[in-house]
Formats: sequence, C-alpha cells, structure tokens
Amino acid sequence: MSAPLPGTQHAFDARRRPPMGGFNRTFLLIEVRRLLRNRRTVVLTLVVPAILFLLLKSDRRGIQLAGTVISPATTMIGIAVYGAMLAATSGGAMVSIERALGWSRQLRLTPLTPIAYIAIKVLMAMLLGLTSVLVVYTIGAFSGIEMAPIVWVLTAVLAWAASFVFASFGLFMGYLLPSENVMQAIGPTLGIFSLFGGLFIPVNLLPAVMQNIAPFVPTYGVAAIARYPLLGGAFDPVWLISVLFWTAIFGLAAMALFRRDTRRT
Amino acid sequence: MNLAVAAEAPGRPATTTPAAVDLSGVHRTFGAIRAVDGIDLHLELGEIAALLGPNGAGKTTTIDMILGLSQPDQGTVTVLGMAPSEAISRGLIAAVLQTGGLLKDLTVRETVRLTASVFATARPVDEVLERAGIDGIGDRLVRACSGGEQQRLRFALALLPDPALMVLDEPTAGMDVEGRRDFWTAIRRDAAQGRTVLFATHYLEEADAYADRIILLRQGRIVADGTAAEVRNLSTGRSVRATLPDADQATLSALPGVRSVEIRGDRVLIQSLDSDSVARYLLGSTAAHDVEIVAHNLEEAFLALTGDGSPG
Repeated sequence: MSAPLPGTQHAFDARRRPPMGGFNRTFLLIEVRRLLRNRRTVVLTLVVPAILFLLLKSDRRGIQLAGTVISPATTMIGIAVYGAMLAATSGGAMVSIERALGWSRQLRLTPLTPIAYIAIKVLMAMLLGLTSVLVVYTIGAFSGIEMAPIVWVLTAVLAWAASFVFASFGLFMGYLLPSENVMQAIGPTLGIFSLFGGLFIPVNLLPAVMQNIAPFVPTYGVAAIARYPLLGGAFDPVWLISVLFWTAIFGLAAMALFRRDTRRT
Repeated sequence: MNLAVAAEAPGRPATTTPAAVDLSGVHRTFGAIRAVDGIDLHLELGEIAALLGPNGAGKTTTIDMILGLSQPDQGTVTVLGMAPSEAISRGLIAAVLQTGGLLKDLTVRETVRLTASVFATARPVDEVLERAGIDGIGDRLVRACSGGEQQRLRFALALLPDPALMVLDEPTAGMDVEGRRDFWTAIRRDAAQGRTVLFATHYLEEADAYADRIILLRQGRIVADGTAAEVRNLSTGRSVRATLPDADQATLSALPGVRSVEIRGDRVLIQSLDSDSVARYLLGSTAAHDVEIVAHNLEEAFLALTGDGSPG
C-alpha cells in the first residue's frame, strides 16, 4: 500500500499514538538525573536518615531505655522505614511543584496519558525510597550489625514496601497543596508519624499516651511488619489492617484529586 | 470548502482534506461570564491566522478548547477531522502557551529529549533545537534562560511531533523587541513549509505582520474576520482626499460606501468603505485632482471594532 497523501484525512488518521501511553525509559532516566540534581531532595532522603541512624544507634550494644535495650538492628529498620517514607513522600509530592510550574499542563499537550505520568511518579518515588533504604542498610552493615542474611533481605524489602504507602501520601499532598514548597508543609506531619509510629523508639517503649495513639498512625503497621522478621513473636493482624487501610485511604484520596486535576472541564 | 465539508461527513473519505480547525456554535461560560459566546470558525490547512482581541475577549478560552484542555458548554470543536484530544495523542497539534510549563532544573536539551520520548515519532532533538534557534544553549539549565530563550524552547518542543497545526497563545508576551523578532523569524521560517498556524495576540502589529488572516474577537464573539486589509476596511474604510472646486456634498454622499463627506474650501475629505468607487468617480466624472487614498491603520480598526466604550 502506498503512503497516504500528506495533508489528507487518511494521513492524519495514520499517525500513531505512543505505546504504553507514552511511558518510556528515556523519560525515567531523565527524571532520575533531575532528582539527583535536586540537592534538597538528596539531603532530605539520603543524608538525613543516615545521620539520624548514626546518632540513634549508639554503640554496638544498642541504647538503654527504661531498662530495655533497643538493638542497633531495630533502630536501623525503623530509620530505613523513615527514609523510605521521606523519600517516597517527597517523590510523590513532586507533582505539586510540577503543577505549580505548569508542567502538568504542558504534558497534557503531549500524548503522555495521565496514568502513565502517575506511574512514572510512583516509580520515581519508590526508586528514591529504595536508595534511602540501601544507604541506611549499608551504613548498618559497616557498623557491625549482625542479622541472618534472610533477615537483612526481608526487613529491607518490607521497609521499602513502606514507600508505596507514602508515595500515595505524597501524591495526595501534591495534588492537595499547590505549592513549590510542599515538603516544608508536610515535614512536621512526617515527624509526628515517625515518633508516634515507633520508627525512632519502638512503640512498646513510648509513654502510655503515645502508645494509645500509635495504632492510628500510618507508620505503625509498616514499621512493625518491617521489624517482624527480626523480632519474631506473635503477628498482630492490626499491623496488616493499618497498612491496608492507609494505602487505601491515601491511594483513593490521591486518585480523587488526580481525577479532579486532569478532568477536561 | 466543499472538500472540508466532505471530510466531516460520516465515514471520513480517506483522500479528502479536512479543516485544520472547525468550531461550530461554540459557547463557554465561567459562572456569569460568557467567555466564548457563539463562535463559528473554519480554518483551512496552511492558513496563518491571528486571533486578535483585547484581554478578556475569549482568545485563551477559544484556544483551550481547540487544544482539548477544556470543553465547550455548547457546540462542537473538531481539529483535523477528529476530536482535539485525539489529535493531541497523535502529535498532530502542538502549542506554545504563554508562560510556565517548563521544569527549571532540566537543561534545554533534556527538556527536549524528555518531551520527544512521549511521542510515537518525533523529529531529531538537534534539528528542533536548531530550527528554534537555541542549538547553542542546549546544556543550559532552563532556570538560567531568558524569557525569549524559554519561549523558543517551548517552540522547539512544539516542533517535535511535526504537527499539522501549531497553536500559539500570546507567544511573545513579556519579551523584549529583539526576542520578539527572533521568535517570529523562527515561526515564519517554519510556517513557510506549509504548517497551519493559529496564534492569539493583543499586539496589532504582530497580527498585521505575520497573519494571512485576522479574526477579531470581542466579548466572546467574532466581530471581524478577513485579511488585515479587509479588517481595516471593515470598521472605518479608507479616506479619500482630493482637490475639487465646487464639490457637491449631496452627490458625493450618495456614492456607494461613503460614510462622511467634509468640504474645506477646494479640498474634500471623504470617508468610505469603498474607496475605489469614490476615486473612480472623482477621476472619471469630476475635475478632481491630487487624489489621495489613505488607509486607516489596523489600530484604528481595532479600536473601532473592539472599543465602543464597552469594557473589552
């Protein structure tokens, strides 16, 4: 068949849409480069958790609190969840900056579908979360923490899984707050999540009031599940309910705001 | 015209040429404001048309509907024989919007590469950089680019899919004179290859200098549509001056298209929508000499058509 005549309906109809809604590797690679260029993101998600871990782990024997020893491994997992949370939230919250700059609108003039865009943002958030976990675990390994190899792997994967919950949270906040400094707005919230969810100090060592609030905080379930391969004992179904509940809440909220944002009005 | 009508018919015959843009009975309100209040617009392929009007005339609202960024409350919008969103996903329309829309922490080249990656097929990165006149600043961060450079970057992005229709919304707003000239040079060079271009502007001289056709908007309606010369004539026509002793005011006023006749001694000043007939009459049937025909400039036409003391 000969090529359609230029300028005819046939020629216009013959133009193709991109595969996978425009989702592609080049886009991801340039996004990674852009993330690394952002000094604040790098400091916040890679350096802060690392420093916090070095401060909190104390020495090889761990820290004493209320007569109980918190092992460096327990602290490391908590901080890894913290890093994954910070990284994924700020990754997701990048949509806020991109909306404020009009980049999202610019992308709507291209074949990139909104779903492909969100998929790229979630992937970037999870990648940043993974990097943060790996940094904390590398420092942990060099500071003499000893765990069975399978426990290293399982706890790292579970800590990383936290980034999915918080990528949704970041997207939700990103669509909610039209600001170029969205992380400054949600930073304190993340701090409260971390304290009450037992990331720095395990929940059972927190003051009674905080212990009562803890199960309702989004980090509670993910932190407990991430430490489970290390600590063992009884598995509390509340942990799983917490994870599923917050994933659903953040996911649905992000989806609702995303729909509102991309609806052709 | 007939071909374009055929293209809209069911079945879309493959070899016909569709309209570049077809708006029919389009209305769009925002609360109590009728931003677009009944627009019919038919743009043929290859035309370079300007949407001219004061702020609030409905230019951006019209463009947003052509780009599929918003939907009309009433009426239909077709671009190249298909829905705007369909044309966007096939890379058939591209747009350069006023401001924003760029990531400050990417370089110029990265921005182009990133955008190129989402199209099924795209022109080479180096080619669009060169055609937009920014091949020398590929490694510069967007935040370090001037307003004019950023606008040429937006133009480079718009060139990527090799679109059949290029839409520009106030593309030179906020640029200095030199930036505007460079920008339009790039656009003109590109349009010479047959691309359809629709641009909104409130700079009269831009519409006059770069468009084959001017569509004048006022309060959400088209008040004039034609070549720059036609639009000029629509409002005030031209003035014809001549030396004519003993001119007869009544006879002159009765000529076709004449709107006013002023007699000052031997000089007559006639405002007419049909200056040719007036000149023909003066030279052929009277003793008039020193006949001058002066066109009103577009600015006067613009003010006459969009002003009327009503808020634009």
